[in-house]
Amino acid sequence: MALLSKKDANLILDPLADNNPITIQVLGICSALAITAELKASVVMALSVLFVLGVGNVVISLLRNVIPSKIRIIVQLIVVATLVIVVDQVLKAFAYELSKTLAVFVGLIITNCIIMGRFEAFALGNGPWKSFLDGIGNALGYGVILIIVGFFRELLGSGTLFGIPVLGDPIRKTGLYSTGYENNGFMIIPPAALIVVGIIIWVQRSRNKALIEEA
Amino acid sequence: MLEHLELFFKSIFIDNMVFAVFLGMCSYLAVSKKVSTAVGLGAAVIFVLAVTVPLNWLLDQYLLRDGALVWLGPEYADYNLSFLSFILFIATIATMVQLVEIVVEKFSPSLYNSLGIFLPLIAVNCAILGGSLFMQAREIPSLGLAFNYGVSSGIGWFLAILAIAAIREKIRYSNVPAPLRGLGITFIITGLMGIGFQSFGGMLTGDNEPPEEVQSATVETIDEKEINKEIEDKEKAVSYNEVVNK
Repeated sequence: MALLSKKDANLILDPLADNNPITIQVLGICSALAITAELKASVVMALSVLFVLGVGNVVISLLRNVIPSKIRIIVQLIVVATLVIVVDQVLKAFAYELSKTLAVFVGLIITNCIIMGRFEAFALGNGPWKSFLDGIGNALGYGVILIIVGFFRELLGSGTLFGIPVLGDPIRKTGLYSTGYENNGFMIIPPAALIVVGIIIWVQRSRNKALIEEA
Repeated sequence: MLEHLELFFKSIFIDNMVFAVFLGMCSYLAVSKKVSTAVGLGAAVIFVLAVTVPLNWLLDQYLLRDGALVWLGPEYADYNLSFLSFILFIATIATMVQLVEIVVEKFSPSLYNSLGIFLPLIAVNCAILGGSLFMQAREIPSLGLAFNYGVSSGIGWFLAILAIAAIREKIRYSNVPAPLRGLGITFIITGLMGIGFQSFGGMLTGDNEPPEEVQSATVETIDEKEINKEIEDKEKAVSYNEVVNK
């Protein structure tokens, strides 16, 4: 990280673990859970948020001295909505099947609490470069959780990764299935995502006792 | 009438905002520590959904969808503005929330005191935008059904936040493992509640394709049997008559 000073590097690295937007700040859970049944959708969602949050943070940071504080929420919503329309149109043009899977959840990036939360908490008070790093860092932290959840749900639920079978063929009983292993259909249904995230939080907080909440 | 009832129960139980599609999770987790605040936020969500979903339905129907501008004249029939729906929906929602806040403050200060704090929160609640986007994606056919969809999704969300708030009030007295305390256990409880709600999935499948086929098949076989019997009876009767005649 010779390019970045230590303080700047922390802006990116902090949200990856100890200040993770999903598990610690409790932001952006809405869209994080619904699309994680497949790893591919998780990766695309993470990249979309990375783009929207990175660019959006810079725009808001550049506008921060111009926006009257009373109407700032509407201004922020318009900036996000515009960026999300760009993402949505790009997805529809280049990955139509995937945009069908993600469906309305691309649109829901607009109300993703991470984005509004970072605008409010960081971009309104800091310069564009720092805001950019903060946006990238938080989007990466969000993406990491998404990809972990997507990885486990797709691997245990369908025995595939990115749609490619990795555990053998469940019908012809090859690979791991020859030992009597079965796919866990439970991982595909929506509530499983909540439980997987709950377990991630559990693991993270057991490793770092400072994060444990007071009862 | 039947389709209204069906949509009503479907949006409350089967497609529950929280348990099936995870909408509004942020405020669901943040504001569910006490039952009283949860009730306030839940009521505000029902209210705002009931207002914004029909409004966005009108926007979608007469402005955004493919060929929606045809009422302006035949030369507008080719316009498809649906790529603008995100920005228009969120603008409608933000404006409506502001408007509702002002109106409620003016006419019902007591309601404002109970709902007021939550209204600005709601503008960025995924459940509200999600309601409008799902309304658009599912192509809800009429204004009445759109209103119904808004209200019933709101009620579903209300039930969910009420239930989790009640559980969280109780769980304070339980001995939860330290790293799971707070957020972690709430996630897992929500997951378990979601599994419970999955069982409502079979509620409205009474007249779906497979059972119908089975039924019609059995009906046919019964018919055939009856017909065969009738034929046999007639034959018997005929032979009896023949015997008698002889």
